[in-house]
Amino acid sequence: MTPRFSAGTRVLVKNDWPEERGPCHIRTPHYLRGRSGQVERVLGAFRNPEDLAFARPAETRVLYHVLFDQPGIFPTDGHTPDKLLVEVFEHWLEAA
Amino acid sequence: MSNPARAESLEQLERLVAALMTKGVVSEAELAAQQASTDRASPEIGARMVARAWLDPAWRAMMLKNGTEAVEALGVSMAGAPPLGVLEDTARRHHVIVCTLCSCYPRAVLGYPPHWYKSFSYRSRVVREPRMVMAEWGSPVPDDIELRVVDSTADYRWMVLPMRPAGTEGWSEDQLAALITRDVLVGVALPKLPA
Repeated sequence: MTPRFSAGTRVLVKNDWPEERGPCHIRTPHYLRGRSGQVERVLGAFRNPEDLAFARPAETRVLYHVLFDQPGIFPTDGHTPDKLLVEVFEHWLEAA
Repeated sequence: MSNPARAESLEQLERLVAALMTKGVVSEAELAAQQASTDRASPEIGARMVARAWLDPAWRAMMLKNGTEAVEALGVSMAGAPPLGVLEDTARRHHVIVCTLCSCYPRAVLGYPPHWYKSFSYRSRVVREPRMVMAEWGSPVPDDIELRVVDSTADYRWMVLPMRPAGTEGWSEDQLAALITRDVLVGVALPKLPA
């Protein structure tokens, strides 16, 4: 399985809210939807938990470690250089 | 919301296990083996890995490249466990681990998670105000250090490889391992020399 993105690529997390459409199981935290970040590393490929959770046939999807600016998402700590590093599946990402 | 009675939970668990066995999903032997390996796991495994990394550059490189392989090299089985990633602190960067969605925790190297790791307050606060959480717990992070909050949302489990504290030159692996607590491996504390 060839990853679509590589380390250093700017990516945008889809601003999608499947929980508003019905029962679902998602691993993309709410605070990242619609946010842009940078691929830190490709972590490998894993079966899609969104299907596994419902015992449906689950395709394998590429998983990335993506780095986001923490103060841009939660501006509580001011101008600190802090980051959020989160595992995000490829189908949640677009090129930024 | 009150917790269900313990007897009720146990009964529910028994029914679930019976159903899984009937369907051939899991056997009694597999369950016992998994339980035994979880019971055996403790922060001492993570501490050993870190102490060795402070002494042996080749081990350090191997552990950063593939945490699972490093654990297995210590003779601990990772069969059925999620892959382990190790995140390296530097003089300019510190990591702290959380699972905001649930309670993913590197059980293979740390054992059972502490109650606070699963608490709503830790999970919601450490992503919003990590510096305040670190300061409250006695490990304030200097302004020029980049703090990376690592949210375990999917298939990996993470542990921190902290910086070796000054004043430990010439220490043995056992002496160094004694400095590394569960909280240090999660990143909510930094290794401290005994007073």
